[in-house]
Amino acid sequence: MEDIILKFHNVCVSYTEGKNAVNDVSADVRRGLITSIMGPSGCGKSTLLRAVNRMHELYPDIKITGSIELDGKDILKMNPIMVRRMAGMVFQRPNPFPTMSIYENILAGYTLNGIRLSRAEKDEIVESCLFNVGLWDEVKDSLTKRGSFLSGGQQQRLCIARALALKPDVLLMDEPTSALDPIATAKIEDLLVQLKKDVTIVIVTHNMGQAARISDYSMFMYLGELVEYDKTQKMFTNPKDKRTEAYLTGRFG
Amino acid sequence: MKSYSIRILKDRLLKTMVIILSVLTCVPLVLIIGKVLLKGYRQINLSFFTETTPSTLDAMLAVNNNQLIPGGIANGITGTMMMVLIATVIAVPIGLLCGVYLSENRKTRFAGIIRFLTEILQGTPSIITGIIAYIWVVVPMRSYSAIAGSVSLAIMLLPLIIRSTEETLNLLPESLKEASLSLGSSYTMMVLKVLIPSAFGGILTGILLAISRVIGETAPLMLTALGASAIQWDPAKPTSAVSLLIWEFYNDPNLSNMIWSASLFLLILVLVLNLTAKKIAKKWKI
Ligand SMILES: Nc1ncnc2c1ncn2[C@@H]1O[C@H](COP(=O)(O)OP(=O)(O)O)[C@@H](O)[C@H]1O
Ligand SMILES: [Mg+2]
Repeated sequence: MEDIILKFHNVCVSYTEGKNAVNDVSADVRRGLITSIMGPSGCGKSTLLRAVNRMHELYPDIKITGSIELDGKDILKMNPIMVRRMAGMVFQRPNPFPTMSIYENILAGYTLNGIRLSRAEKDEIVESCLFNVGLWDEVKDSLTKRGSFLSGGQQQRLCIARALALKPDVLLMDEPTSALDPIATAKIEDLLVQLKKDVTIVIVTHNMGQAARISDYSMFMYLGELVEYDKTQKMFTNPKDKRTEAYLTGRFG
Repeated sequence: MKSYSIRILKDRLLKTMVIILSVLTCVPLVLIIGKVLLKGYRQINLSFFTETTPSTLDAMLAVNNNQLIPGGIANGITGTMMMVLIATVIAVPIGLLCGVYLSENRKTRFAGIIRFLTEILQGTPSIITGIIAYIWVVVPMRSYSAIAGSVSLAIMLLPLIIRSTEETLNLLPESLKEASLSLGSSYTMMVLKVLIPSAFGGILTGILLAISRVIGETAPLMLTALGASAIQWDPAKPTSAVSLLIWEFYNDPNLSNMIWSASLFLLILVLVLNLTAKKIAKKWKI
């Protein structure tokens, strides 16, 4: 029996009534691995991912049915704040807080949750988080500067560090490298592979190469449905569904 | 070909009209500033800021001897400062919260009603806010006072602050909210620690511009602060203001020279507020 951290059970999400952006998705995500969600643009990848940490609650029109279990607990029965701390999120565009320094950005999760820390604890968290995302040497002399002065790739690593600071069980990433250049992308991919010993990663990507390089398991979505979900290697070498094959061979997407 | 040259001609004509009209609009402005500067600068010296208004008699003697009118507008300056300060303290928290509410609930009916009411409040003649403050404050306190004046100014500040706060917050990217909520932030913490700080420059600019709009108000203060010939630090007592002094100077032929210097002072104050607001807006842009 494998260790399941995230369980989707008949999940449907709709923005407008009668039209499901995510349609009846059921899947188990394994702990300590990287799972990628692939599929052409508009197939519901982001929508599915954002259901996990209840980001959809920002928008009252969105309806969700089915259930999602995080570490065995129904996320809808948990406090949304707890859900979001257990499942951190990194977005497509790096979004460091513009009014905060790099130091404060890392600690933002604590500040925003009203958790008080001693100076030593803060220093320790900031250093270890920045170190984990490979940013420490680059920014250790400019911790008091605004996060927005960093390059795009550095900002995205800062955002990853900010999410990791709260020690989430799962890190949800929505096309985290699509706004970055190839070098910054490669750095982040390396980083994710290193991180997976501490945190389960679910990453949305429409870059097949990326999914192939870093993920252990892959989901392929099409028109809101989960078409195929398997070990990445297996899916890439021997896709079961015609649509997956068509996507992987570049016939749409 | 013919219609083409006519079109060019029309174009030229329109451009010329636009230039002429814009120059015309500037004429009154230049005339006002020029007049105030020329007639006002002579009275302005240290005692203008440190001394209170002279008596009619002193002023008459000075004018007859071709001297500068003694005294200054210190009672007006302190009164204006005090009332603007109190009005800001009253209006900023309410305006800020209201602006946050409107920006966070853009489409609800209640927000629509509030937005409509602020628009009406913004168009309300200032004398009416003076009457309201008179009924709310002067009558129960049985005295004209700086507090009453501040309340009338606060009523005028409110819609301006609400508007600018709402507009600044609306400009913030949705990603800021998502970033904070994804870190498990509560709603309150997000508003206090992320949204308001991120919009701080715009909000502050809005507050300063709002202050510059009400700092020269006269009518509501006549009904509330009344005026005083000495510096008055007790906000429960009648108080003077620079704008009130201009009115008093206007009504006293012996003091008419002071009109221009007091006006110059107000103009410069408004100018400084506006420039500061511009600077802040530039510096805090994100
Ligand atoms: N805010 C929204 N309002 C209405 N429809 C939306 C919204 N966001 C996404 N959709 C629709 O939901 C579907 C899935 O979108 P999304 O999950 O963003 O796709 P992906 O991330 O795979 O590109 C799309 O058809 C899109 O048009
Ligand atoms: Mg997407």
